[in-house]
Amino acid sequence: MPEPEISQDHPPVVKKRISDPRSIQILLIGLTYLFFIGFIFLPLGLVFSQAFGKGWSFYLEAIREPYAIEAVKLTLLTVAIVVPVNAVFGVTAAWAITKFNFRGKSTLKSLLDLPFAVSPVIAGLIFVLLVGSRTPFGSWLGEHGIKIIFSTPGIIIATIFVTFPFIARELIPLMEAQGRDEEEAALTLGAKGWQIFSKITLPNIRWGLLYGMILCGARSIGEFGAVSVVSGHIRGQTNTIPLHVEILYSEYNFTASFAVASLLVFLALLTVVIKSGMEKHFQKNSFHL
Amino acid sequence: MALFQRKRRNILPGFGLSMGYTVFYLSAIVIVPLSMVFFNTIPMGWEPFVHSVTAPRVLASYKLSFSTAFFAALFDAFAGLLTAWVLVRYRFPGKQFLDALVDLPFALPTAVAGICFATLYSPIGWLGQLLAPLNLQIINTPTGIIIALIFIGFPFVVRTIQPVLEEMEQEIEEAAHCLGATRWQTFTKILLPHLFPALLTGVTLAFARGIGEYGSVIFIAGNLPMKTEIAPLMIMSKLDQFDYAGASAVALVLLCISFSMLLLLNAVQEWQQKEYRS
Repeated sequence: MPEPEISQDHPPVVKKRISDPRSIQILLIGLTYLFFIGFIFLPLGLVFSQAFGKGWSFYLEAIREPYAIEAVKLTLLTVAIVVPVNAVFGVTAAWAITKFNFRGKSTLKSLLDLPFAVSPVIAGLIFVLLVGSRTPFGSWLGEHGIKIIFSTPGIIIATIFVTFPFIARELIPLMEAQGRDEEEAALTLGAKGWQIFSKITLPNIRWGLLYGMILCGARSIGEFGAVSVVSGHIRGQTNTIPLHVEILYSEYNFTASFAVASLLVFLALLTVVIKSGMEKHFQKNSFHL
Repeated sequence: MALFQRKRRNILPGFGLSMGYTVFYLSAIVIVPLSMVFFNTIPMGWEPFVHSVTAPRVLASYKLSFSTAFFAALFDAFAGLLTAWVLVRYRFPGKQFLDALVDLPFALPTAVAGICFATLYSPIGWLGQLLAPLNLQIINTPTGIIIALIFIGFPFVVRTIQPVLEEMEQEIEEAAHCLGATRWQTFTKILLPHLFPALLTGVTLAFARGIGEYGSVIFIAGNLPMKTEIAPLMIMSKLDQFDYAGASAVALVLLCISFSMLLLLNAVQEWQQKEYRS
């Protein structure tokens, strides 16, 4: 097919979309930038300006201080437990919901979203009410030497509750869209249950799973309200990074507080970059609570 | 008629195992713990319950949480609509960058957001300095709480409107243009009604999140009794005094409100889908 000739006298007609006048566009873009400056850029800039306000050496000292390191360790431990546990649950729940038809499916789906509607403080409260030392179950556990509230297990359980829906919520729409044809085909070809899952389903959902795990991890690192209720704020023992930031701040040790906070900001920015990169790669515009 | 029973036989394996595990885990982590709020409130009896949740300080905290979450969500409706519109329809330098940063309030730990806003608006802070000569105080006032909640709720509105706006066919606007409508008429008569369900969903989410928000608010609020104490903080202070029944009574009221918001949201979404089909 010959290339269409374009005459120099008549430039090609470009289909012109109607749009707003340039002046309106500039005004609206300007307003958006103004909002972002006030609510995003200034807070971000503030963190770094405060964190490095007393120089590099002070910054390094603040994040290398033993209590800060203990807080980082505890947070990493929490994430290392919460994310895999919720990932296993997310995949299992998504498998049950998308591969079978059963009564009460929409009820089950709404129940999965329940933790999103609960205030973080209430998320902490319910575990104090369930296994706190003043409850029957909690005192029974205490007699057997198990301490949950004001100790690491409590922090982990509260974080599991708060981040509970992230992965399942990511996988359910994905697996619904993929259907069950491939799994059924594998079954007729003689594959066993575990083979079907590991060879067919898992490779199909791996990016969605990773995406959900990143969101779950980001929230686990930063959870404050729920963890604050169950932690007991014992320095070096039950302080996560956000709690350490709070303690330093309430002691008017602002520079150290912002220095530790800057670690969280780096992680948040990294999350945002990975998230937007993955979304662009997979052309999806998903939305999360 | 058992709940969660399979309707039709399906050849894929693992129903019993996956469903069993899902229901077990859901009960252990969510249902049983949440029911504790209920079981801890019942022994109180009706009179003390009402007395506890209608104490002036508690009522003031509910009122504050509601009004601040409402005004923040209202502000987010405008800021979110504006941002979604600009990001979907215009091309300008830094667009990708702004689009990615919309999610920052989701990713940033709430305590960090809290100390940032408290420092920015303190009388010697970057923004507080500018406002001090005007006699405007932000920290330790409801306005400060609203500012923190605007930040928290903002992505909910943008991320619900954005996909709807992206899928909208511009032909409708062109048709309106051909029929002689001005740009403003097209916006108010065509675009806004179409975007309204998504806008309402986003605003409801921002509102619901704002009522329960804790970490970003407590630093800027100052937590003055009767003035800037939010409802989650009331739960916290009752817990600190080991008043477990009182804490769960306040929590129960808050939970009932949050769950009815969730139900309302489901109704809105059903209505939205119906609108979309027709």
